Amino acid sequence: MAEEVKLFGMWASSYNLRIELALKLKGMPYEYIEEDLSNKSNVLLQLNSVHEKIPVLVHNGKPIMESLVILEYIDETWKNNPLLPQDPYERATARFWAKFIDEKIQPTARNVNLAEGKEQEEAVEECCQQLKRLENELKGKSFFGSDTVGYLDIAALVIAFWFEVVREVVGLELVTEERFPILCKWIGKLQNIDAVNECAAVNECRPPKEEHFNNIRTRFEAAKADSK
Amino acid sequence: MAEEVVLLDFWPSPFGMRVRVALTEKGIKYEYKEEDLRNKSALLLHMNPIHKKIPVLIHNGKPVSESLIQIQYIDETWNDKSPLLPSDPYRKAIARFWADFVDKKIYDLGRKIWTTKGEEQEAAKKEFVECLKLLEVELGDKPYFGGENLGYVDVVLVPFYSWFYTYEKCGNVGIEAECPKLIAWAKRCLQKESVSKSLPDQEKVYGFVLQMKKFLGIE
Repeated sequence: MAEEVKLFGMWASSYNLRIELALKLKGMPYEYIEEDLSNKSNVLLQLNSVHEKIPVLVHNGKPIMESLVILEYIDETWKNNPLLPQDPYERATARFWAKFIDEKIQPTARNVNLAEGKEQEEAVEECCQQLKRLENELKGKSFFGSDTVGYLDIAALVIAFWFEVVREVVGLELVTEERFPILCKWIGKLQNIDAVNECAAVNECRPPKEEHFNNIRTRFEAAKADSK
Repeated sequence: MAEEVVLLDFWPSPFGMRVRVALTEKGIKYEYKEEDLRNKSALLLHMNPIHKKIPVLIHNGKPVSESLIQIQYIDETWNDKSPLLPSDPYRKAIARFWADFVDKKIYDLGRKIWTTKGEEQEAAKKEFVECLKLLEVELGDKPYFGGENLGYVDVVLVPFYSWFYTYEKCGNVGIEAECPKLIAWAKRCLQKESVSKSLPDQEKVYGFVLQMKKFLGIE
């Protein structure tokens, strides 16, 4: 049976990028449907009635939600270019750090972006500590997945591409070469991935910078206004 | 090589209970170590330096943290009996989705029920019941979320049953009246030794919470 793969997403979402890169790494063609998050389609609301969020992957009519769940589904369904390691302990480690990124680094980074004054300073301090812990996982390896891009590299894309954009909008640089030499090396490798056939996907998937900056600027202003 | 499995835990923790159920279902012998959370052991701090939390599963000296990750680790390592996750990728994804849902909602809402009052408590109660009802729909007519046998979602959710009495007393929320199917499911799970041996008595949990409330200065 011909595979039918659809991805409901939003171009500026780092969660969406995870799925796009995973599908490209697996060489899986898919139909991409852009959602307007301020006016969600009925299709999306029906597919993900519990959370009403993107990304949603629909494979042969069956929906899968939550980006990390989708990544594991993709890896288990299409066995070429494995994203997760085989060894159960290494899998547990990769899952632990992906969860750490979503539950710790991302919320702290959000505070860095939205807070001001002393609160922002404290958030920066905390975020840097968290990023340091993650960076330790890269020691001696090209990627978190060892020689090639894997599950944790995909989960960590947000650090590689989004933090840079936020620096432009908020004027605060978190991931500097001085502070995080290994992480910066990893980001450089991801950005050069054009040169390596199997990973060309990353550059194709990046959202265009100008639009990305504007999108983030608008969202931050709205979030700041909301929290006042 | 002889397997050495140690579980650093705290008896009322629903997250710890999950791991106890999973280990027992698989027939894995393990050493249970009770932690005093106000005076965490050097072993705990060494084995989980990032979060400093229980449960921590230590297998042949190597630590695994985070209960959902621990259950999957147990399922993948001891894969010769009592599979917890389905083999089909789609059914696995559904199971992971609902486990993630339980983690995102049930604990925090339950905590709000026993730590807050007034409007905040009412809102938490309402959402809590709505979440349980969604889980009831997912259960459908199956005896367990895992189908004919205990599965991943059963193991992830059933520990909260030991806290239902607490939520009912503290929040005046009639869980059985609102979600009879879910209560029937929980009682069915308790007939399994892996569950009955791993979950503390509901009244004991309530006693613990009353002490916590005093300690935290909550009415």
